[in-house]
Amino acid sequence: MSDIAQSAPSISNGRWLGLWIVVGAIVVTAILLPVPEALSPLTKYPDALVVPFNDWVGAAMAWLKTNFTWLTRWLAGLIEVPLRFAFNLLAKGFKFGTGEAAWALPRLSWLGVVLVMAWLGYIFGGLRLALLCGLGFLSLVLFDVWNNSMLTLALIIICVPFCIVTGLAFGIWGHFSPRVNRWLISPALDLMQTMPTFAYLIPMLLLFGASPVSALLATGIFATPPMVRATVLGLNKVPQEIKDFADMAGCTRSQKLWRVLLPSAKPSLLIGVNQVIMLALNMVIISSMIGAGGLGYDVLLALRALKIGQAMEAGLAIVIIAVVLDRLSQAIAVKRPEAADTRSFWARHTNFVLAIAVLLVTTALSLVFPALHTLPDSLTFTTAPYWKAGVDWITINFFDTIEAMRVFLLLNFLNPLRSGFEALPWFGVLLVLTALAWRLGGWGLALIIAVLTAFCATTGLWVPAMQTLYLVGFSALVASALGIPIGLWCSRSDRVSAIVTPIIDTLQTIPSFCFIIPVVMLFRVGDVTAMIATVAFAIVPAVRYTNHGIRQVPHELLEAGIVSGCTRWQLFRRVQLPVAMPEIMLGINQTILLSLSMIIICAMVGTRDLGQEVFKALSKADAGRGIVAGLVIAFIGIIADRLITAWVQRMRQRRGMA
Amino acid sequence: MKTKTPDAESQRPVKLSCRNLWKVFGPNAGKFMAERKGTATAAELDEAGLVGAVRNTTLDVREGEIFIVMGLSGSGKSTLVRCLSRLIEPTTGELSFDGKDLLKASEAELIEIRRHKMGMVFQHFALLPHLTVLENVAFPLSIQGIGRAEREARAQQMIELVSLNGREHHFPSELSGGQQQRVGIARSLAVEPEIWFLDEPFSALDPLIRREMQTELMRLQSVLKKTVVFITHDFDEAIRLADRIAIMKDGEVIQIGTPEDLVNNPATAYVAEFTADVNRAKVLSARALMKPATAKSAGLKKVSARAKIASFAAAIVDSARPFAVISDSGEVIGEISPKSVINLLSGKDRGANT
Repeated sequence: MSDIAQSAPSISNGRWLGLWIVVGAIVVTAILLPVPEALSPLTKYPDALVVPFNDWVGAAMAWLKTNFTWLTRWLAGLIEVPLRFAFNLLAKGFKFGTGEAAWALPRLSWLGVVLVMAWLGYIFGGLRLALLCGLGFLSLVLFDVWNNSMLTLALIIICVPFCIVTGLAFGIWGHFSPRVNRWLISPALDLMQTMPTFAYLIPMLLLFGASPVSALLATGIFATPPMVRATVLGLNKVPQEIKDFADMAGCTRSQKLWRVLLPSAKPSLLIGVNQVIMLALNMVIISSMIGAGGLGYDVLLALRALKIGQAMEAGLAIVIIAVVLDRLSQAIAVKRPEAADTRSFWARHTNFVLAIAVLLVTTALSLVFPALHTLPDSLTFTTAPYWKAGVDWITINFFDTIEAMRVFLLLNFLNPLRSGFEALPWFGVLLVLTALAWRLGGWGLALIIAVLTAFCATTGLWVPAMQTLYLVGFSALVASALGIPIGLWCSRSDRVSAIVTPIIDTLQTIPSFCFIIPVVMLFRVGDVTAMIATVAFAIVPAVRYTNHGIRQVPHELLEAGIVSGCTRWQLFRRVQLPVAMPEIMLGINQTILLSLSMIIICAMVGTRDLGQEVFKALSKADAGRGIVAGLVIAFIGIIADRLITAWVQRMRQRRGMA
Repeated sequence: MKTKTPDAESQRPVKLSCRNLWKVFGPNAGKFMAERKGTATAAELDEAGLVGAVRNTTLDVREGEIFIVMGLSGSGKSTLVRCLSRLIEPTTGELSFDGKDLLKASEAELIEIRRHKMGMVFQHFALLPHLTVLENVAFPLSIQGIGRAEREARAQQMIELVSLNGREHHFPSELSGGQQQRVGIARSLAVEPEIWFLDEPFSALDPLIRREMQTELMRLQSVLKKTVVFITHDFDEAIRLADRIAIMKDGEVIQIGTPEDLVNNPATAYVAEFTADVNRAKVLSARALMKPATAKSAGLKKVSARAKIASFAAAIVDSARPFAVISDSGEVIGEISPKSVINLLSGKDRGANT
């Protein structure tokens, strides 16, 4: 009893102390703001003290390039074999020999591919999925984007198995050595998942040149982390009893892994595979900048030439492929295992044999009927003119309104905020963040945050970093301000939820690149466009986590509230919201991370920030500059993530939920 | 139902035994125990920030008996059974199986022992979700490399043994808890183990199903006569099934004995608390209530000294006359009166006065 009485004031003392430190740091910042001459190095990081990370990284990359050409050549050659095969099979057709003796095999007929997709959909998800897959792929033919779609698909088909195998390998390693997982794999994954997509392209461009191979490698590296995470998580989640059982049954180590642990973790692993596919698609589009070709390249060309119709059409094709692959891989993931099948090989693999037969027959037929190889122009149609007409119509009729809105946003919100962030003194921010980190997570976290923040300043990229922070902060704020109420609404009504859920599912499926297209049409380039595209992209987790958080409040708690005589509002304010708060905070965390990744891509529509740094570095193949700017972006993400996670952790601990 | 004499039991060979076994969790626990020559007090452990999950445990499990480890949650019973099967490496102490030092067995030897001599049933069944009932039961055989036809035939027998015929091709998720545990039992028996570990096998089941499974287990044991190490937190279950019970508290075994021993002579107040509400008539045998034989005893109706009171209570009360108590060799060794039985049944007499 006396223990409790004595410890209580010390806890609250600690809390006050922390608060004072935070307030003190803010005061220091405020004092620094008017910039007395002597203190100006603490406000604006002095150029003379910039650490030349750029040059170091650049030199290292150059050294790699000169000394490891043999390795990169060999690797490129190795990867090119299956890649070329997939390209030929799906899009280009095979050519053998030269001159007179040359002969060719056609690519797979579109009809065959469409039928097989529909058939796959039918096996795993019934008629509805069959229609989605079949019609989705058919529309690619009708819109005359088949060739580029298949190039994109080929890249994914080659890339995904690589990601899965690598991800499994690292995941298994991480599971069996928790120390490696904690100190090596986990931080590496954090970094990889917050590094902007562009930053992956630069070293690949440098080492492998602009080619599908470098695009494939960038995609592979970018898309692997979720598989590693899913594997570690899935294996760690296998109940201890099942692990004990494996030992008691006398499994050897490899039997335990392959016959007990991995099959038991299969649902988690398949979720990982789904994420890998979606990320790979996202990245394949972006790596069209370094020669991936395919649909991404169409979008890129059309965007550069401001051909809105074409961009929209290629973008839609990407969305179609994304939705089909997502739904199909999810259906495969939830499919229950069939009862043990003891029939013959042919009987068991009817579907497989049938699919091959359909592909072969339709492809053979395409030799006779060219329409099965390439649909004649007369049968395809393009929607480009309609999109253009639509945009033209909006521009003519609503130009003033849209423009007024854009200017209003810029003048009243974005520009003042931007100047405010640009003026933030680096040392003050460092102090505030470190103090906050110390309050939330102790000395360890404070040290990490201080080092990461200091890195942002010492690279000399402080101002662009603050510009990024402003865009990300504002976009995430807007996304949360819109997303959380929508999530709350969903949580209170199953009907709303039934409408909103498929929409956000689809939004989440769409590759980030595609969000830019419609916004650029209406708002042209600049910060407003970047912000709107980012909000649309990043709103999903805010909605989803809020909905989920409120809905998972235990029923007994609600009943306890009702029995105590809570009104609906009190129930929400005093019971649901506090209990769901950690979950909602995690949603905001995700929203911030998504905003960050999107804002960087928005460098393509002319934002001025770190993304632009990376983008420029990419166009000049300046590895040092690009990678260092990429690291700064990653660190911003990691800082935000660590602080919010620590906060959530504290909240949960205090409520006994952790 | 059980036809072993206490004497015969103590003469059976020891199957599994441990001496001064410790499992201490925490940093450098091994070094800590080694420095203290394999023993430490609770206070010492506390001070070092260590947790003694199993402390200084010595016990022998004899061939063919049901040996029950009973303790409340956190008493270390699960850790103990995992030490006995070396799923968890004990910190110090000795452990022998069939007279051989189990702690010295290499990984390969251990795998061999587990493949052929040990079986284990788990509280939450631990069935593999991706395999059917038949495949689950055949799994331990399959990892030994036994061919498909043979292992499925053996698995089929086991499935019939636990009366799950017709469910062979179901997945675990399609079965009720009781059925899932039957699969777990069938699977653990498929390799015909010599020692059978059951880790709270019925704790996750509803009371009615639990009772049914206990009966089922007794039926199986009467056929199979395995050496059983059974973990439970339910004293009634322990009383019902056990040949001998070890009671654990805070990592220590505080008493080992037959149910009757525990009821009659609880070693500590803690044990007495468990035995307080036990239906004594079902635990105590005639020997516990008998008075010395008199001259008239020979002419009375006879009852075995090992017969539980409950088994003849109705008969003796109806007849309103004393019964003669006889030993295994048929000799009259005492007499038991209806009054003493009534006193016991009514709770007036606790029956612990032998």
